[in-house]
Amino acid sequence: MENNYIILGPWQVAAAAALILINILLSIALKLKLEKQLGIASIRMVLQLLLVGFILEWIFTLENFIWILGMALLMASVASISAVNRTRRKFSAIYWNSFFSIISASFLITGIALSGIIQVDPWYHPQYLIPVLGMVLGNTLNGISLTLDRFMEDLSSRRNQIESLLALGATRWEAAHESMKESARAGMIPTINSMMVMGIVSLPGMMTGQILAGANPMNAIYYQIMILFVIAAASALGIIVVILLTFRSLFNSRHQLAIHRLHLK
Amino acid sequence: MNFSEPLLKIENLGRQLPNHWIWRNINFSIQAGAKVAVLGPSGSGKTLFLRVLAGLDNAQEGEIFFQGLSLSQWKMPQFRSQVIYLSQNPALLEGTVEKNLQYVYRFSIYRDQHYNRQRILDFLSLLGRSSSFLKRAVHELSGGESQIVVFLRALQLAPSLLFFDEPSASLDRESASGLETLVSTWQAENEQRSYFWTSHDPSQLDRMTDQELLLEGVDGK
Repeated sequence: MENNYIILGPWQVAAAAALILINILLSIALKLKLEKQLGIASIRMVLQLLLVGFILEWIFTLENFIWILGMALLMASVASISAVNRTRRKFSAIYWNSFFSIISASFLITGIALSGIIQVDPWYHPQYLIPVLGMVLGNTLNGISLTLDRFMEDLSSRRNQIESLLALGATRWEAAHESMKESARAGMIPTINSMMVMGIVSLPGMMTGQILAGANPMNAIYYQIMILFVIAAASALGIIVVILLTFRSLFNSRHQLAIHRLHLK
Repeated sequence: MNFSEPLLKIENLGRQLPNHWIWRNINFSIQAGAKVAVLGPSGSGKTLFLRVLAGLDNAQEGEIFFQGLSLSQWKMPQFRSQVIYLSQNPALLEGTVEKNLQYVYRFSIYRDQHYNRQRILDFLSLLGRSSSFLKRAVHELSGGESQIVVFLRALQLAPSLLFFDEPSASLDRESASGLETLVSTWQAENEQRSYFWTSHDPSQLDRMTDQELLLEGVDGK
């Protein structure tokens, strides 16, 4: 892409930081005690992004598939751990379930998007792979986290009901179906909400970024539509996989609910 | 099924909790038509025992045979359509009484059976209740009325063995005797039908059962 946008230098970034400095001074003057948190958050944000900048610059020079795959696996691992960190309950296979569902959904869908839809050559070109995978992972991680949390809470709170159905001859699938449906719905809420109000309430960051970088708005919007479909598909697939894996972890082949495997963290 | 073959046979059954056996070496068998009181001090594992017999929980040792076949050879939904455990904490689905009664016919194991409203109405008339009971929402039922729904939901499926776990624990006398009437009527329809019953009320066990099984606490020896 040609550089028909204004490139920022260090002094411009520093000027933006000065805006925060005004807030910090205000907070000190009014004794709001916000200055410490604001300061830490600002410094963390700058350091993390600079670090990512260096890593991305390095990665974009890589031609080696193995290195890029390694980076992708690292991103997916962090996402799968974060997905579980927010849930109230856990079971022993939960990290593995989260990892497998995030990897299978995000890699499959990102792979199809890059090779079949965007048609990048080679398909693992890091300039495309890393940002697309990042967007997909961020969304899938939210979906999986909400789904896991809801599923485990539902099984705990409706344990009597589910066991009553099992006792009456329901298969484990029949007894769990209502909870699976509810948790899939909960996991898809953020994705569906954001698609519902897209363009009205929110202008997505990727699209605004492309427009700032000089892209034609319609081109940016095409890109954004494609990405939203990819993100929604990966979320839905990840949610389905994690529900099936969790179902297998918490119901055994004797059609029993193994609720003792769930524990609060 | 062979005439003299027991309906249910328990061999050396034992259940271990993390550091002790809650019960062990239980041997027992019943013929079709048995009405068994399960006795034992509180904490002796009566609920766990009935759950294990219904295949909702596992034992650490021993074996259970139903109609001559080991539990491990039964497909669980098939087995549980014959042997139904009714928990002491009834759990109904949101909606009306009738929805709850109909819901179980969605299970694949009952795909050849159909909800029989008349049969339910016959049971309800024994309790002096009319068809308007079927339209009530379950969240507004009293404890005794919920138990009636739980009982009807199981009885309509015509199981051969039922486990009643403290069914009238928190009910008044009238509700409790309603449940007894339901079960006695159901059992009188077919002398082969059997049940296990646990209760804190010895007089109820006298009325409802004719043999007993005692669970005593065992220590880790």
